[in-house]
Formats: sequence, C-alpha cells, structure tokens
Amino acid sequence: MTSKKTATDVDIQHIIGWILRVGVISSMLIVFIGGCLYLYRHGHEQVHYTHFIGVPGFVHSASGIIHGIFTWRGRAIIQAGIILLIATPVVRIIFSAIGFVLEKDWLYTGITLLVLAIILLSALTGNAG
Amino acid sequence: MTVLVLTLIVLVGSYVAGLIGSLTGLGGGVVIIPLLTLLLNVNIHYAIGASLISVIATSSGSAAAYVKEGITNIRLGMFLEIATTIGAMAGAMLALHIQTSVIAIAFGVILIFSAFMSLRKKKEEINIQKSEWAEKFKLNSQYPTAQGKINYGVVNVGGGFAMMAFAGVISGLLGIGSGALKVIAMDGIMRIPFKVSTTTSNFMIGVTAAASAVVYLQRGYIDPGLSMPVVLGVLLGALTGSKILVHSQSSKWLRWVFAVIVTFLASQMIYNGINHKI
Repeated sequence: MTSKKTATDVDIQHIIGWILRVGVISSMLIVFIGGCLYLYRHGHEQVHYTHFIGVPGFVHSASGIIHGIFTWRGRAIIQAGIILLIATPVVRIIFSAIGFVLEKDWLYTGITLLVLAIILLSALTGNAG
Repeated sequence: MTVLVLTLIVLVGSYVAGLIGSLTGLGGGVVIIPLLTLLLNVNIHYAIGASLISVIATSSGSAAAYVKEGITNIRLGMFLEIATTIGAMAGAMLALHIQTSVIAIAFGVILIFSAFMSLRKKKEEINIQKSEWAEKFKLNSQYPTAQGKINYGVVNVGGGFAMMAFAGVISGLLGIGSGALKVIAMDGIMRIPFKVSTTTSNFMIGVTAAASAVVYLQRGYIDPGLSMPVVLGVLLGALTGSKILVHSQSSKWLRWVFAVIVTFLASQMIYNGINHKI
C-alpha cells in the first residue's frame, strides 16, 4: 500500500512539473509573437508610461482580447499570453487537488480547494475593494 | 522615446535584473522596479504590474525543476498558500488606495531588508522536534541529501502562518515574490531546513503572485507593451543565472557588491518617495 501511494505521489509531481514547464514556455512564445507584431506596427510611436491611465480598452476585456487576436493586434496577443501565464500556477493547484484525491488525503484536498477558492474570489472581486 | 527604443532598453535591463536576481536569490522583481521607475520614469503601478508577471514566469519555471528533485514540501506549500493568497489579495486591493510615494518607500525598506537577508550565512540546521499542529497538518517530512534522506520536524505553525500572510500582503502590494520574507517564516520561525525553505518558498511564489495578478489585470496595471520585454528579459536572465549557479557557487564578495547596489537603488526609491517624485 505504501509503495502504491508513493507511486501516485511521484506521478502527480511529474505532471505538475510538466504543466509548469509547458505553461511557461507556451505563454512566453505567445508573448514573443505578440511582441513582434506590436513592435512592427507601433515601434515608432512615442511611449506614455509616466502617468497611470490604465491599459487600452481593447486589452481590458475578454471579448476585446479575443477580437484582437483574430485581427492580429500585437498587444491583444501579448495579453492572452500573460493571462495563460497567470493561469499556469492556478492549473497547477487543480492538479495538486487531483493528486490529493487520488491519495485519499481529504484534509489536503480541502486545503487545496480552499486556495483555489481564494484565487477565484480575488478574480471576482478584482474591481471592488 | 519611441516604443522600439524603450522595449530594447527594458529587455536588456530586465535580462540583467533577472540574472542578478537569480544569482543573489533576491528575485528579478526587486531590481526591475527601481530600473523602470528611477531610470525610465515609468509609473510605479505599471512597473509593479510588469514585475509581478515576471515573478510568475521565473517562479513557475524554476519550481518545475525543484519539484522533480523532491526537496519541495508540497503539503507545507499548499497549507501556507492559504495565508499568502489571502494576504496577496488584500495587498493588491490595498495598492489601489495607497499613494504611490508610500508604495515607493515601503518598497525601498523591503529591498534593503531583503538584500541583507541574502548576505546571511546559510547553515543547515535540522530540527527534529515536532509540534501538535505540524502533526495535525502532516507538515513534518523528509528531504533527500547526498547522505540519504533526512527527517525534519516543523514547529510554531501559527507564527509561520501569520508571517506568510504578511509576506503575501507585501507581494500583492509591491509586485515582488517576497521570497526573503517567506524564507524567514519557514527557516526562521518554523525551523524548517534552509534548502526546503527556499525551494518551497519558490514553489509558492507563483500561486501567491497569481492571486494578486488577477486583481491587477482587471485594474489595468498590467500593460502588455511594457510587460512583454520585462517578462521575456527577466526569464532569460534568470535562466542564465541558474546555469551559472550550477557551475559555481556565487562568491561572497559578489553578494556584497549586489547588496551595495541594491541598497543604493532602495535609498533612491525612499528618497523619491519622501519627496513625492514617484
């Protein structure tokens, strides 16, 4: 029984390592592609980062970003890559939870789901506070 | 300055920041924020947003390697992530209401503190004493060394948990990994072996940063044009740093040089904060 438990543990750790690596590499590739498009189109414009004015409207909503990707807007593609990067540790938590379920470790299944709930709460109340 | 010129400067600067952050163990964020705000006059909200994204990239990238080695205490990490994510969410919301000059001063103070923490001697102490709470939450564990597996116990769970919540607030407020504070909570308060503390801290940083990044994203702090060179540069710099570290341990004088540079940057941040220039 003990050896079986360890095997599951190692498998899940292997999967977690793999998710983190794939998440980082693919999001960085997307950011790089978006960056090239952005520089190609806007490279000679003046920058405006001294005063805080938020981000351009089309990268501020999910629909704007999706529309932006299909119209090859560099910054929308970069933002999609960044969102994928932010999602990577969140997906890692989901797989940790699955690992604890397989181990029948209900205490840690609960703890993992609680962490996930806090992040989701944070996402939902992002505009409040 | 045109977008192209700024992107190239930020890319090179972020590469250096990632390299220094990785060699000293301070993390890329603590170097990139002064670079953006002091040298390039970028608003600190944008700088923090971009830095936070680079923190997620470097932490996730290196955690992938550490998890495989089996040093990371995943249960301990998950348990303490309850504290850091709640803290990070609170910190990110706090950032929306605090004056930027106050954020700059807080940043400077944490930066100096982190730099001196990195100079500290790292002696490996194994604590085998166990506490009731550590037993209850299955935090006591073992880790592999050259001499075989070593068992260790965890004490002062409540104190460590509270310190982690504070580390989370700082991470969410300043857009850094606050690895130094996390290591204090685990190594200093909970008496966990240093190697386990650092790898577990690194494992937690990505999740902590994600909790505040979702707030920043909706508030428009994460600008794609600025974040793009920062995240790519810091990640590549950190990768180079980890390759160098495999071949040689960073020498003591190198750490001192970095500590002096970082302290100088930190005083500039504090000075500008006091004079309301940030």
